[in-house]
Amino acid sequence: MFLPRVVKRQEPLQWGSFFIFAVALVVSLGVSCALLAVHGKPPLKALAVLWSGGFGGPFALEDTLLKSIPIFLCSLGVAVSFRMQVWNIGAEGQFALGAVGATWAVLAFPGLPMWAMMPVMFLCAAIAGGLWAAVPAVLRLRFGMNEIISTLMFNYIGILFLQFLVYGVWKDPTSFGFPMTPIFPKAAIIGPIAPATLGRVHWGLAVCVGVAVLLGVFLKRTRLGFELLAGGENPRAARYARMPYNLLVLLVMSLCGALAGFAGCIETSATVNRLQPSIMVGYGYTAIVVAWLSRLRVSSIACFAFLLAGLRVGVEHLQLDLQVPAAFGGILEGMILLSVLAGQFFDRYRFTLKGRS
Amino acid sequence: MDMDTALLLSILAATVQSGTPILYATLGEMFTERSGVLNLGVEGMMIVGAFTAFLATHLTGNPWAGVLAAGLCGGGLSLLHGVVCLIFQGNQVVSGLALTILGLGLADFLGTPYVGITTTGFQAFAVPVLADIPVLGTIFFRHDALVYLSYLLPPLFWLFMARTRPGLALRAAGEHPAAASAAGLSPVRIRWCGIFTGGFLAGLGGAYLSLAYTHLWTNNMTSGRGWIAVALVIFAFWRPGRAVFGAYLFGGVMALQLRLQAMGANLPSSLMLMLPYALTVLVLLASSARGGGRAAPAALGVNIEPEE
Repeated sequence: MFLPRVVKRQEPLQWGSFFIFAVALVVSLGVSCALLAVHGKPPLKALAVLWSGGFGGPFALEDTLLKSIPIFLCSLGVAVSFRMQVWNIGAEGQFALGAVGATWAVLAFPGLPMWAMMPVMFLCAAIAGGLWAAVPAVLRLRFGMNEIISTLMFNYIGILFLQFLVYGVWKDPTSFGFPMTPIFPKAAIIGPIAPATLGRVHWGLAVCVGVAVLLGVFLKRTRLGFELLAGGENPRAARYARMPYNLLVLLVMSLCGALAGFAGCIETSATVNRLQPSIMVGYGYTAIVVAWLSRLRVSSIACFAFLLAGLRVGVEHLQLDLQVPAAFGGILEGMILLSVLAGQFFDRYRFTLKGRS
Repeated sequence: MDMDTALLLSILAATVQSGTPILYATLGEMFTERSGVLNLGVEGMMIVGAFTAFLATHLTGNPWAGVLAAGLCGGGLSLLHGVVCLIFQGNQVVSGLALTILGLGLADFLGTPYVGITTTGFQAFAVPVLADIPVLGTIFFRHDALVYLSYLLPPLFWLFMARTRPGLALRAAGEHPAAASAAGLSPVRIRWCGIFTGGFLAGLGGAYLSLAYTHLWTNNMTSGRGWIAVALVIFAFWRPGRAVFGAYLFGGVMALQLRLQAMGANLPSSLMLMLPYALTVLVLLASSARGGGRAAPAALGVNIEPEE
């Protein structure tokens, strides 16, 4: 019999994750473009628009870089939680709460100068997002409650809470009924770094770099970080080695919430300059895709965040140029994640045509 | 019959209607999980079911064609989960999430041209004799065919699991696949069946939304019901009887929420819309605190390694 059979690899495939991702991307783009063809859109032109919209030229790259900021911040936290087998899929809700926290700070202390406003805003965003993540963590540790469902429900509740605020008590009386807060004072707006050379790229990027460096130092240079990297993948072994497993889970979840909160704060302040429901576009879910693709390596997270941000920008152009529904982005992301999951099989196994000996 | 009683009865009847799609999805996910596979793609399979049910009915004029299409497409989507987890040993949690992202995207993408178009769908009819039972008749026997079909599922589910050989095999694949394999069964093949059946039922739950609960297609019409179903499986300790209770509990809250909104209650709609999600957290908390997770099939979420 010459049926292919499965053999376990002695060591992981070299350059495996890169190769797997490349194949997965090709498969996903192929399937998605076939769908476009069924829908009566020219698939090759769509691919070209997708590329030029997201990556072709300085304007496109600027857009992509801007979108990758919130995705990057959210994925960092998600990647750390996934590493610990904590399935925190609540970045979307923690992002919403971060935006709410930052807005609360602006509305409560409108007169602060910028040097005080920024730290207060970020602090409030981190606390709000962190607490929103800490509650499911405590529920899991104390009652064994499934964190997948609790964090997901907290997403729905968090987004509705944001809507409740901007449709109600925080609504700008001069907005002609649009659900949004008044525009933030100058001191509460994160500005561009260098408008002349870098265009609209704002100081949120510096926040990303800072957070990435701090997290890298924490993971590589501290005992807790080391424990996280070493014992995270196997909770039982971690407990056996007397690691403070519960503390780690609580810490990791809160950290994820705080980082997603940062992302919400930056989107609110730098991108729309006020709180409005349109900031909720699913960065928290894209972050899950990025986190899984890159595992816990900060540099890969940055790369994949940039790539998926580019796809998002490309899809926006598809929407404008070819009237492709925005949901096309979801199809792409879902397909990429599914094919990467399938492809990772070849990291551990290979097929052989040799018969049984 | 005075006003208050009539109102109460109508809310209870609406409870059954709102609970039905959740019941289908919960029983489907329960079936899949009993075979040892965790499929978090319920929300995605449900919305694909809702759309294909609408589309097939729109094209053929026959709602039963819609139901069949919903089941097959929900089941078809679930097979992707099977490919990833059963063939390629992918992580079940992440694969299910990906399936939800993909399903929501697909339904939204394909459904955009049809948003807001109405279709015939199912109409309510009174079951002869049974509908005339006081109180119970009004609550349970003045609905559409899909509701009546859903009444048959929990007892069938129980009979299948507890009294038949394939049911025993399914449970073996979920509790101890190695033992099932040693007994000459193929746990992988059984899990394929578990996954497809779960997807089929999730699709039917979606069909109920677009063909009976409403008679139209709108984006995001499942609005988290698939996730509620995943939570209810845990709440129900993987038993169909408790699933009925859980589904109608949520149906009740949704019916009440709609009724309060219709009566112009002085509460912002965003707060009202939070109710089912907050209730999900509470319900799950209650069952977790009672050690609900221990009732899970022993091999739930664990892949079967390929033989060398």
